[in-house]
Amino acid sequence: MFSLEGITTNVQDWLLMKFNPTMALAIECVIVILLSISLFALLGLVLVLMERKVAAHIQIRLGPNRVGPGGMFQTVADTLKLIMKEGLVPDKADKFLFNLAPFVVMMVGMLLLAPIAFAKNFQIWDISIGVLYISSVSSLSVIGILMAGWASNNKYSLIGAMRSGAQIVSYELSAGFAVLTIVVLTGSLQISEIVNAQQNGWWIFKGHIPAVIAFVLYIIAVTAETNRAPFDLAEAESELTAGFHTEYSGMRFALFFLAEYINIFIVCAIGATLFFGGWMPLHIGNWEAFNHLMDYIPSSVWFMGKTFFLIFLIMWFRWTFPRLRVDQLLNLEWKYLLPISLFNLLLVAVIAILGWHF
Amino acid sequence: MYNQTEIIKDTSELGADGELVINMGPQHPATHGVLHLVVTLNGETIKKIEPHLGYIHRSIEKMCESLTYRQFIYVTSRMDYLSSHINNLGCALLIEKGMQIEVPDRAKYIRVILSELTRIASHELWLGAMAMDLGAFTPFFYAFREREMITDIMEDTCGARLTMNYIVPGGLMYDLHPDFQKKVKAFITQFKSKVTEYEDLVTNNIIFQSRTKGVGILSAEDAISYGCTGPVARASGVSCDIRKIYPYEVYDKVEFDEVLETAGDSFARYMVRVKEMNQSIRIIEQLIDNIPEGDFVGKTKNVLKLPKGEFYTRVETARGEFGVYVVSEGGTTPHRIKFRSPGFSNLSVLNHISVGSMIGDLMASMGTLDLVIPDIDR
Repeated sequence: MFSLEGITTNVQDWLLMKFNPTMALAIECVIVILLSISLFALLGLVLVLMERKVAAHIQIRLGPNRVGPGGMFQTVADTLKLIMKEGLVPDKADKFLFNLAPFVVMMVGMLLLAPIAFAKNFQIWDISIGVLYISSVSSLSVIGILMAGWASNNKYSLIGAMRSGAQIVSYELSAGFAVLTIVVLTGSLQISEIVNAQQNGWWIFKGHIPAVIAFVLYIIAVTAETNRAPFDLAEAESELTAGFHTEYSGMRFALFFLAEYINIFIVCAIGATLFFGGWMPLHIGNWEAFNHLMDYIPSSVWFMGKTFFLIFLIMWFRWTFPRLRVDQLLNLEWKYLLPISLFNLLLVAVIAILGWHF
Repeated sequence: MYNQTEIIKDTSELGADGELVINMGPQHPATHGVLHLVVTLNGETIKKIEPHLGYIHRSIEKMCESLTYRQFIYVTSRMDYLSSHINNLGCALLIEKGMQIEVPDRAKYIRVILSELTRIASHELWLGAMAMDLGAFTPFFYAFREREMITDIMEDTCGARLTMNYIVPGGLMYDLHPDFQKKVKAFITQFKSKVTEYEDLVTNNIIFQSRTKGVGILSAEDAISYGCTGPVARASGVSCDIRKIYPYEVYDKVEFDEVLETAGDSFARYMVRVKEMNQSIRIIEQLIDNIPEGDFVGKTKNVLKLPKGEFYTRVETARGEFGVYVVSEGGTTPHRIKFRSPGFSNLSVLNHISVGSMIGDLMASMGTLDLVIPDIDR
């Protein structure tokens, strides 16, 4: 059966055979870096095309269909265009911060890839505080956005950045509490343990209604955290032209654009890991035959399938809802989502202590 | 270039402590054209809005003074380009009134049907554009699907999709296309089956309602004193439909309701336009099967000369009352001409209804005022 686990062990065995352990580790690091960068590029291309196709389908039109079969290479062409475009830096911008900001946003995305389990035993870094690491690193992205907004020396950018700051800081709480419910149920912060705990059923099924509530809260909160519609106030095209990246062009703009999609992928991957069992196949109670059949589907396919389902959900939101106003956005978080998630966490704690979950 | 940056620098220094002055427009996604708003902000709250006009001023009124009475009608298509047919109608009515030209019934019926189709097309475009201002992109495409059918009908009828130029003093330029009735009926069926989609997607959307309800409230007194007309005034409960008050053409023969709302907020303005589309459909349904046979243009002289005096007519465009005022010295061209455009008065309330609200509310208020910038600037 196809498995990514086999590839990694083979590579490691071969490296250890040829080099000394330190050298082997160094070469592995390089391989991981190269792989994650190429995953970034690939994900960017795929997700942008997917967004455009989903949008086109919802909006009763065809979407990109000229470059390559079915418009498959449209994003490649777009990327080439963006690379060749002039990257303008405004005259009065803070040049250092202006150039640094897109890379900060990108770096956050890259760091977040580390603890994600892409398939069975296929993970860059199985850190014991995985969930904590994710919550803390993901909150760094606001620094990049604030940096971009301030350094551009543009009023639209500044308003967009301030909105984004308020928004990400608020919605992190809900996302954090939603993640905590699963941590309480599992009793571990480690991603691999969370996945393993879902061997006999995903948390969204096992955790009763509180897990479903936590999932809904998580999806709302991460949509806001990634600045996607209906919470795209930081960009708010019709209000602030392009928000915090108004002054960016060429490849620097492309990095922001790419980072948005990478962030969507990451939050959906985490959502799939926490609530839908990550790479765990779907198992139903005592249906032995069914469970065996499900086991034949490779774990990487399960993981990607769940992740892309959640990505589709978030894209669906974007093309359906109008944008919220900034005060409504903050009201929603502080007056509704936060109390609900606090209460939900309490409920989950009770369930976990009494052992009511399956 | 240098001067431009100077101007922007000046306005930014106007702001007092804690105030931020931003230039929205003349290039901005939400101003739909070249409207320039100088917005003074305190945080996210709007303290003052100052519209700067003139970016698309073409001095149409002055141009019209050097054009003959047959020619000047078509310049008005370029003012409110979304109601170009109704603008043309207003000018033609003035000439017909001034020279007592008899218009055949057939022409009158066709003019009204096309006016109502124009109104629907305009409201459809407004619906999509306003939803886009509020951040929802999808309704735009749904609205354009139906609008496309109307522009196709227009193309068949008069060869143009936007600036129709179909009206001549005394009637119409050509007769109808043989498929006209069939296509209009197909459009009515399509529109009626799809109008529920707008309701699901926009009207009943909780985010849309919270963005528009109670936003940009305009009282009836203010609507009258600012000279608002059309859906903007009717949403505040001011009865001002020219089709009802001073019926022209065959509007006195058809049954339709003047849509009135009392709330005066953005949602009320939205509802008025959506309901108006249904009323327009009702008018078209009554007329489409009863277009009388006969001439499509009345007998007129080759050279039109309005008698000495002052003339005024008004019509109800998609945006409100469009007035044409002509002073004639008895020559072949108007001596002085003045257009009363609905957009100008409607824009003037923007500062009044948006002060104290958020930037996001400005998009809802401005979107529901339905501004067409060439109509304001002329």
